[in-house]
Amino acid sequence: MASGKIVKTFITPLGKENPVFVQILGICSTLAVTNKLENTIVMTLGVIFTTTLSSFTFSILRKVIPARIRMMVETLIIATFVIIVDIVLKAYMPDIWQQLGPYVGLIITNCIVMGRMEAFAASNPPGLSLIDGLSSGIGYAYVLIIIAFFRELLGSGTIWGFSVFGDWWSNWAIMIMPPGAFFMLAIFIWIVKGRMAE
Amino acid sequence: MNADMMPAAIFFGAIFTGNILLSNYLGMCSFLSVSKEIKTSTGLGAAVIFVMAVTTLLNWIVYHYLLIPLHLEYLRFIVFIVVIAAFVQLVEMIIERVSEGLYAALGIFLPLITVNCAILGVSLFMVIRNYSLVSSFFYGLGSGVGWFLAILAMAGIRKKIAGASIPKGLEGPGITLIIAGMMALAFMGFSGMINIS
Repeated sequence: MASGKIVKTFITPLGKENPVFVQILGICSTLAVTNKLENTIVMTLGVIFTTTLSSFTFSILRKVIPARIRMMVETLIIATFVIIVDIVLKAYMPDIWQQLGPYVGLIITNCIVMGRMEAFAASNPPGLSLIDGLSSGIGYAYVLIIIAFFRELLGSGTIWGFSVFGDWWSNWAIMIMPPGAFFMLAIFIWIVKGRMAE
Repeated sequence: MNADMMPAAIFFGAIFTGNILLSNYLGMCSFLSVSKEIKTSTGLGAAVIFVMAVTTLLNWIVYHYLLIPLHLEYLRFIVFIVVIAAFVQLVEMIIERVSEGLYAALGIFLPLITVNCAILGVSLFMVIRNYSLVSSFFYGLGSGVGWFLAILAMAGIRKKIAGASIPKGLEGPGITLIIAGMMALAFMGFSGMINIS
């Protein structure tokens, strides 16, 4: 296995094939958890964990799973890892777990995880699939962190809960509410796609 | 906590103030990709209403009569998704046998629905908010109607702007998200009427 292939596998999902702003996958959680930086980072760690290990596990099993029940097996593999994330969060970070609410469970239906399994892990060896899963997770994570950074900064005047702007700043309440999420993601896609087109 | 809330209030709340798409962002993937045409949006929306209402009911029964007595609450993710997938598969088979026309109209949307996160999301919200059986059904139904309303409105707007010149980079998903943001702003006008979360 050439090292060039490993590097290419790792880099593609970060930019050219980014799951969020190129393939427009996993939008639900991109919008829902980005109102606070802290929640976002916990959530993205959960997604990185799930997508890395799901791709890896599925790639090991890819030759023994009958084609007819492939989707079902994929879902069960993902659900297993999501339950681990859910239990760990509930035990160690109950506050954040409470705030994330159903969105931890919804990692199961996050199209990025199943999308990478179908598109990559189904036809590649476990090692490469692991790298692909990891970098897809990271590609998703950094977009969310950028969006969350601006939403928290403009919406609450804070970063990671610490006040940045001081008293003169009046919060843009709209940024931490649903419309702000839509606008922020649209602006992000606009900037990135505009640059890519040049 | 909300167990004794009026089912009617939950129903309308789920459509307007707590719209599953515009305030909880669920079902975005299919919303963005399918909302290009009114006809397909209507088909998918109708299928979502039906599946959402019934699976919420089924999941409530499974959760309260099977998982809680057995102390297996942590398995709810797997169980819910299996219930949804099995139900969708069953409906697909029944429709195929019973009505050719209905199958042609709805059949192709059913597999898409299994992976629609709004369906699973409604079941998870139902557990978190502790709804009763009747409330859960109306919550599922209301959320489905709310989703239908949102995708239909979006399809209508996208049809109107089809010929408009849109800045480079904003075509497709970008402009759809901005419209969704404006719709979310409009729906925020309903908040204060009923509060379900």
